[in-house]
Amino acid sequence: MNVEELQQIAGSAQEEREKFDYEVNVCMGTSCLSQHSDKIRDAIAKEASACGKSCHVRRTGCMGPCAAGPMVMIEPAETRYGHVREEDAKDIVAALGGEPVARLDPQLGSYFEGQNFVVLENVGHIDPEKIDEYIARGGYEALLKVLTEMSPGSVIEQISKSGLRGRGGGGYPTGLKWDTVAKVKGAQKYVICNGDEGDPGAFMDRSVLESDPQRVIEGMAIAAYAIGANKGYVYVRAEYPLAVQRLTVALREARRRGFLGNAICETTFNFDIDVRLGAGAFVCGEETALIASIEGKRGMPRPRPPYPAVSGLWGDPTLINNVETFANVAPIIRHGGEWFASMGTARSKGTKVFALTGKIQRTGLVEIPMGMTLRQIIFGIGGGVADGRKFKAVQTGGPSGGCMPEEHLDLSISYDALISAGSMMGSGGMIVMDDTSCMVSVARFFMEFCMTESCGKCVPCRAGTVQMFELLTKITKGEATHRDLDRLTELCEVVGATSLCGLGQTAPNPVLSTLRYFKHEYLAHIEEKRCPAGVCEFSATAADTRRGEVHV
Amino acid sequence: MSGEANVRTLTVDGEEISARADQTILEAAREHNVGIPTLCHLEGLSEVGACRLCLVEVKGARRLLPACVTRVEEGMEVTTHSPKIDRYRTMILELFFAERNHICSICVANGNCELQSLALTLGMTHVEIPYQYPQLPVDASHPRFTVDHNRCVLCTRCVRVCSEIEGANTWGVMGRGAQSLVITDLKEPWGDSETCTSCGKCVQVCPTGALFEKSSVGSKVRKHPEFLPYLRIMREEDQA
Ligand SMILES: Cc1cc2nc3c(=O)[nH]c(=O)nc-3n(C[C@H](O)[C@H](O)[C@H](O)COP(=O)(O)O)c2cc1C
Ligand code: SF4
Ligand code: SF4
Ligand code: SF4
Ligand code: SF4
Ligand code: FES
Ligand code: FES
Repeated sequence: MNVEELQQIAGSAQEEREKFDYEVNVCMGTSCLSQHSDKIRDAIAKEASACGKSCHVRRTGCMGPCAAGPMVMIEPAETRYGHVREEDAKDIVAALGGEPVARLDPQLGSYFEGQNFVVLENVGHIDPEKIDEYIARGGYEALLKVLTEMSPGSVIEQISKSGLRGRGGGGYPTGLKWDTVAKVKGAQKYVICNGDEGDPGAFMDRSVLESDPQRVIEGMAIAAYAIGANKGYVYVRAEYPLAVQRLTVALREARRRGFLGNAICETTFNFDIDVRLGAGAFVCGEETALIASIEGKRGMPRPRPPYPAVSGLWGDPTLINNVETFANVAPIIRHGGEWFASMGTARSKGTKVFALTGKIQRTGLVEIPMGMTLRQIIFGIGGGVADGRKFKAVQTGGPSGGCMPEEHLDLSISYDALISAGSMMGSGGMIVMDDTSCMVSVARFFMEFCMTESCGKCVPCRAGTVQMFELLTKITKGEATHRDLDRLTELCEVVGATSLCGLGQTAPNPVLSTLRYFKHEYLAHIEEKRCPAGVCEFSATAADTRRGEVHV
Repeated sequence: MSGEANVRTLTVDGEEISARADQTILEAAREHNVGIPTLCHLEGLSEVGACRLCLVEVKGARRLLPACVTRVEEGMEVTTHSPKIDRYRTMILELFFAERNHICSICVANGNCELQSLALTLGMTHVEIPYQYPQLPVDASHPRFTVDHNRCVLCTRCVRVCSEIEGANTWGVMGRGAQSLVITDLKEPWGDSETCTSCGKCVQVCPTGALFEKSSVGSKVRKHPEFLPYLRIMREEDQA
């Protein structure tokens, strides 16, 4: 493969597209597919050939607004249809070139306003299993440029200049990480893509792997070149069968086109990637546990240092990045680090993909520039709280993160701002809660998650999460005292400070943040035996001791 | 490489000490008679950093670091005891005691137990958090040894000694979180184990009353975990 050949592939893919007057893109992401969007695609294709319209029907990955799915998008008009059923095929085809079908308007309002697609730039436009469609949209230009024009050092320089930080949660500077692995001496090095994504409610990485897997492969290949690795692994949860299938097809296609294998693009660079399936334990997303799992051992974290950069897979220097981190690499190389750094805030550059869920009008997958406010996301893109209820809190960072109240709605999203508000960027879950959510119960939910997912290796997390969960349960039953609250606070401090890995270290965060902003709810449970949100049911004894009127 | 280059100077609790570059903070501190509590660590076995009792403050580090796995560095300033660390350690001990069922007065290891003596040295006089009492099984199927999971602290010393020293790989860990259990083979009764050589090493290294010799019940037989370094040296000499 060389530049001319790449352009030729892109050219003929483009020509192929131009043969048709219209393109009908049918979302076949997990959510739409679960509503049988494959049948919709077949129905539209059948209808189109029956009435002789020049139209190409394409399957794509998740288009974003899953709640309005099954989604269909018509090009070149960029008309979007929502809640499409098989029976709508006739009208959709008939409307090509004319007025859109009014009843299928997905009512997305300002859903796309302010969104900025870098990671998701191809979403809704390409068939994830067709590499040539990826190439037609600039795919593999970056890899070719890197291999033929750039030294490993200058690749790392661009990544550093971009200001990209790890999207797996921690926000470690990606350029710095690459530089470290590149500088460690070692004949054998590895690149690992972390697609474990175990946060409840998160589906960003799954979506990227399902809708644009080549982008991740290209990012990994560029990283491998930069650090001197010849072998890569993508670690995906076995519960993501569609992502695994599309990735497997994508790897085969990439090999066929010569972007993986030996002498890639007629250079001396060799690199190939294998898929490893995760057993589904949340802790296997932690890098040292993930490495142990790939080695065939029990997925348990070990103390760091040594960091994987120095001693990772099989003891060799290993670069491990998140799916979304790798997905940002090719665009950075294509447009330059400065372009990427022009988006975002002083210390958080580029965009971030969030899975917007909870009590919100328009749930779905969104990509926003760093620096956007929570209010813009929740009330602009998301259309505000569902069912006309009142906003109470927004949770980010999953079980490691925290809940932020209304006062923080104007917070501009960045790694640092979220941490100082007592939450975390995390991998990109964003859960909106309304006045029917009890914040103690929310904290209890996340604590239960950490307790069940604790690997059991170190005692603060193994035993501490159990104790904290029981204290939270006691509070929700109206059986707790002020002493219990003090004990809970103390456990939060000790478990956070002494646990071995990030799971235990951050497990107290949901409690700490709700204590910080919603302490009155804790106190209402303890002092008045009352749940302000009306969620908790108190035992008879607790109800008897309740002061004041009986809450119904 | 000259000997000089392998020496590191650091301060431990304000005292300047020197150590070999490949030593851990724990090793260096113990050589200079600075006591750091440990439970999962045992000289002669690999380190797992699991019990968190050896956490120390290192100036400039964002978090507390486990002394048993952290290597010394030039100019390091280590604090092994402070009101905060002591408080954390006591709380960790409380978590250990409350996690299963530790009532020393009725335990075979009473007076001969590392967890118990840690509680004494660290001044953990009472456990304020509720005991979990999970009612775990006792496996007495082995002709000589018994495992009582109610006293196990999951330090994995048994697992490590059986695999790293004896080479039998009989012990493993099953389950996760609070449900974790050490198991023999594929959770078969210890007495049915085809891999166990009955060498007794796991019993010797177990810090608590979880593993004990049947003949020791009622008597005050001490365990001898200190045999390991010698055994290891002997083995290495054998192989050399
Ligand atoms: C309990 C736990 C779970 C984690 N799960 C994930 C995960 O699912 N995906 C991920 O990319 N990183 C996860 N991480 C973070 C990884 O350890 C690691 O920092 C990350 O993959 C590095 O990639 P990045 O620098 O690109 O973010 C997890 C960390 C912890 C402590
Ligand atoms: S903090 Fe929790 S998950 Fe992490 S090593 Fe300790 S027990 Fe395992
Ligand atoms: S194992 Fe040790 S701490 Fe536990 S009951 Fe027995 S003597 Fe006490
Ligand atoms: S007695 Fe020896 S071989 Fe048997 S389990 Fe214990 S250490 Fe392993
Ligand atoms: S049985 Fe003993 S040595 Fe084994 S993990 Fe339990 S306490 Fe540690
Ligand atoms: S899966 Fe179709 S829009 Fe998300
Ligand atoms: S002795 Fe260091 S963690 Fe157990």
